Amino acid sequence: MCETCGCSIGNNTEHNHHKSAEVHRTEHLAVSVMGKLLSANDEVAAHNREHLDQKHVLAINLMSSPGAGKTALLEATIDALSNEFQIAVIEGDLETENDAERIRAKGVPAIQICTGSACHLDAHLIHDALHELDLNELDILFIENVGNLVCPAAFDLGQHRNVVMLSVPEGDDKPAKYPVMFRAADLVLISKIDLLEVLDDFDLYVATQHLRNLSNTAEIIPVSARNTDTLTRWVNWLRRERSLQQQRREFVVSRQLAAPPPTP
Amino acid sequence: MHELAICNALIEQIEAVAAKQCLTNVARIIIRIGPLSGVEPPLLARAFPLVAAGTIGSDAELEIRTGTVQVRCLTCDCQSETTANKLNCNKCGSWQTQLVSGDELILERLEFYSPPRQNSGGLMQCVKPADVQ
Repeated sequence: MCETCGCSIGNNTEHNHHKSAEVHRTEHLAVSVMGKLLSANDEVAAHNREHLDQKHVLAINLMSSPGAGKTALLEATIDALSNEFQIAVIEGDLETENDAERIRAKGVPAIQICTGSACHLDAHLIHDALHELDLNELDILFIENVGNLVCPAAFDLGQHRNVVMLSVPEGDDKPAKYPVMFRAADLVLISKIDLLEVLDDFDLYVATQHLRNLSNTAEIIPVSARNTDTLTRWVNWLRRERSLQQQRREFVVSRQLAAPPPTP
Repeated sequence: MHELAICNALIEQIEAVAAKQCLTNVARIIIRIGPLSGVEPPLLARAFPLVAAGTIGSDAELEIRTGTVQVRCLTCDCQSETTANKLNCNKCGSWQTQLVSGDELILERLEFYSPPRQNSGGLMQCVKPADVQ
């Protein structure tokens, strides 16, 4: 032990080792954190979800690769449901208002988020966009994420359900290639099924097997935005999710009412 | 691409921990990234110095610990190691499994250089007993 300062570095009693500041610099103080890296995003996402729940708005995070037909599906969905529900859309793209303009042409409010070079939406961006919408007037909010099968999967936005879309031209092995994204799916839509006639190497059974290999029990619904008959299952799924959300809300309210008043 | 965003979140979290502990000099950052987290360790390692420059973490060494994908089978209750795109049970082949590990994206531990000792207003001066007045 060094007799000068009492530290236990080295075997001799000389204090020469202190001439090198490096010695003390190796004495690191370790702090155990064990926190999620995206905890700041997750906190804002939880806040968004709570806010949406309070306003009885069902939020759907729609994800796919670019060009899978997200906007076309939303246009067809608005046509099918606009008499039943008040709908709004948050659009995420790197550039342009094109998608928001297509949605607005359907008479539905749309907020365009231009991410610049960012490859995904995050909870903060959604939080800002929510403040531009009148949530009191809404039943269903679609968040059309940036076209990308990788990055959006890592960021919770505060949505209630993840819908992942896979178009027929992309191939049936996408769930095996992008496991993180497809594992997060609560529903998988196989879009552009009208192209199955010409692209007959897409096998719905194989796509299903790849999804099940991710231990994902999500329903798989084939759709074509060009054929409204194919949208029935999808539209019914939305109706069911909407009513499940209301049931969850009623359950929470009934528990709050049943709880004894807080003691002063 | 989103590795830059992850690094930003990491630096923010380190700043919060450091402020709480009244420490300033980060020596080592240990994070755990599972194969199903959606983050690529080599990309994160390359993005980190770009984001850390000029921050509390600029001199820090980043250690990335990866892990394995482990699932528990809901059919035979066996725990087995699998790959990211095949989460089936290794024993009975059932696809009804629960992820035990593999999707971690966690800041595990931070190591700080020792803070300056308060009594001498800096690193302890090394003085020979004979020098003491």
